[in-house]
Amino acid sequence: MSKVCTEENFQELQQAIATHAGKKGSLMPILNDCQRIYGCVPKKIQLYLSEKLGIPFAEIYGVVTFYSQFSIEPKGDYVIGVCLGTACYVKEAQKILDEVKAKIPDLEVGKTSADGKFTLEATRCIGACGLAPVMTINEDTYGNLTKSQVEAIIKKY
Amino acid sequence: MLTIEQLHDVKEKVFKEVALRTQPVDTTINHICICGVSGCASSGALKIEDQFKSLIAQRGLEGVEVITTGCMGLCKAGPIVIVYPEGTFYTAVKPDDVQRIVDGHLIGKEPVVDLIYEESKAGDTLLSIKDVDFYKYQKRIALKNLGIINPDSLEEYIAYDGYQALLKALTKMTREEVIQTIKDSGLRGRGGGGFTTGMKWEFTYKAAGDQKYVICNADEGDPGAFMDRSVLEGDPHAIIEAMAIAGYAVGASQGYVYIRAEYPGAVAQLGKAIVQAKEAGFLGSGIFGTDFGFDLEIRLGAGAFVCGEETALIASIEGFRGMPRPRPPFPAVKGLWGKPTLINNVETYANVAQVILNGADWFNSIGTEKSKGTKVFALGGKIKNTGLLEIPMGTTLREVIFGIGGGIPNGKKFKAVQTGGPSGGCIPEAYLDTEIDYDNLIKLGSMMGSGGMIVMDEDNCMVDIAKFFLEFTVEESCGKCAPCREGTRQMLRILEKITEGNGTLEDIDRLEALAKTTQTSSLCGLGQSAANPVVSTLRYFRDEYIAHVVDGKCPAKACKNLAVYNITDKCIGCTLCARKCPVHAIAGERKQVHAIDPAVCIKCGLCIDNCKFHAIVVE
Repeated sequence: MSKVCTEENFQELQQAIATHAGKKGSLMPILNDCQRIYGCVPKKIQLYLSEKLGIPFAEIYGVVTFYSQFSIEPKGDYVIGVCLGTACYVKEAQKILDEVKAKIPDLEVGKTSADGKFTLEATRCIGACGLAPVMTINEDTYGNLTKSQVEAIIKKY
Repeated sequence: MLTIEQLHDVKEKVFKEVALRTQPVDTTINHICICGVSGCASSGALKIEDQFKSLIAQRGLEGVEVITTGCMGLCKAGPIVIVYPEGTFYTAVKPDDVQRIVDGHLIGKEPVVDLIYEESKAGDTLLSIKDVDFYKYQKRIALKNLGIINPDSLEEYIAYDGYQALLKALTKMTREEVIQTIKDSGLRGRGGGGFTTGMKWEFTYKAAGDQKYVICNADEGDPGAFMDRSVLEGDPHAIIEAMAIAGYAVGASQGYVYIRAEYPGAVAQLGKAIVQAKEAGFLGSGIFGTDFGFDLEIRLGAGAFVCGEETALIASIEGFRGMPRPRPPFPAVKGLWGKPTLINNVETYANVAQVILNGADWFNSIGTEKSKGTKVFALGGKIKNTGLLEIPMGTTLREVIFGIGGGIPNGKKFKAVQTGGPSGGCIPEAYLDTEIDYDNLIKLGSMMGSGGMIVMDEDNCMVDIAKFFLEFTVEESCGKCAPCREGTRQMLRILEKITEGNGTLEDIDRLEALAKTTQTSSLCGLGQSAANPVVSTLRYFRDEYIAHVVDGKCPAKACKNLAVYNITDKCIGCTLCARKCPVHAIAGERKQVHAIDPAVCIKCGLCIDNCKFHAIVVE
């Protein structure tokens, strides 16, 4: 928490609120910005938003937990997303996912490694079906993967 | 701000510059078009562009332009580079190959044959990209500008008739005429249900209300479908133009594009285009000097499949959990913030400007009796030519899969094609000659959906595929209505039981009963169609279910729990597998055939991966 809640981030959040507040349906854009700025939407921030926007905390919590892009816990430095869309699945993406789990100790889907470096996600289709099976690490995309390439890719980070 | 005269001037001037990409032109100019969207970009397209630019500068070449375009469609062959005016089709280009194209093709005027797409070589002649099998059978309306224009350039969009349809609608047509044209064209929604687009427009037009809204549904959540993303990335102005036309027709001054946050590229590209359109006066007040004004805003989704359902999408824009509500009232009457709202998806809008420009009769002359025009499909899975294609309605599944798609790779046998995503079904070989249209696919127990088309071969287990889709819907069910929330969960449990080898024949009966209840009593389309993958696999692949529960076997050898690993007499006794096995399930003397103890084996597959003699088989 202390790592993510910096003064700079807080300023940026203020700005996001100023941009969107007052517009109809401003909660989603503000939460999207919050997720981008902090890498998560912690409860503390939800309470703050509740006060600022005059929306009950329970409602904000309901929205945050409904959408899979919002997380309450901070994510790791690198988010590994193994696509489990249909095209990837029929091309054995499950094996790629298992291999990632095997190569990074104690990493489970939806969890962050103990050192805070990697978060593993089984993502929905990212629309790169022509490259199936596909894995993303932050902004980088790796396509036409085989199990044997996984270790070398992870080592780059 | 562009006046009508300036619009015509830009069109005429810029078209002369870019015409060599679409028609025979006698010129010494070269255009190098590089596919720069997600697929090709991740395999190095950006480096290729830089390499071209720096080499062209170094060699001091004049009359050569490098253009990054939207998706060219043949994703499996990326990164793709096309050199015009010849239309030479270079595929799988690496940054190191660029120098050979520059020196060989651009300077030496000799195409670099070994880099050219295999199928465009016909004896001694080289086929232009548009004559290659993958493109030859396509008809591009929604995708007409993809791979041709630079999506960053408003001028190039204008060159290819951009904003002419909006001009025509605003200055030469009444609102009623616009709606009548869309109705007469027979255009149906390309996002799922296939409702007649013109009817939706008319309902919204007729609804009483001082404020109305137009929404573009770009929450493309079907796994295996990426046409909406490709259109937004490759031709964003087409959507802006269509939404403005829709706004004019139904009487709305504000539009929203709801895009999933998983598509940052599409969000950025559309955002850029909206700024350009505002500057040029195609958005804002008093468009083309008329009293019609229209504005557009992007709203991001946040990863909820159910938000593709229109009432859930509206709830999400309003800032709530994306949960659907019962219809009626339909959004056309009571939509966003309680106001009449028109919702169409990206591909539907991508057809609108063409319909207005070329007329309803042109559009409804394409396709089948009840499904007019074309459909874009994202072809993926076990198929040679993965990618994006657009075909006239009425093309058969076989023509798409074995003609355009090139068939199944690695000598494997076709098993099924899945259309319609998690709401669709699996269609077996016997029905491959079916003509693709909305009604035929529904008759087969599948549906058009948004246009994902995933091909499966003999190695895919159909029970496992049904389980895969149910896992998806269980995760994405919003939980509001019990039939969907509980029905999908119970169906998944049964499918897990069957794929683990613990199923019974009664389970299959229970599965069918649950499927019927979920289909008939769920609140929204997600639940009503969630059972389709189960129902269609039971209909066409019942023998696979029976094999799982009666014989304890998975015919495709895909279900881990039912697999038995055996070592054949190809084994030379090298002991490698025994050393690699993490649970010490393999025993045997050196230089003797080894054996696996099935009671200990955890079926991890490490032995198969390591055996150099292909001696280990799964039975």
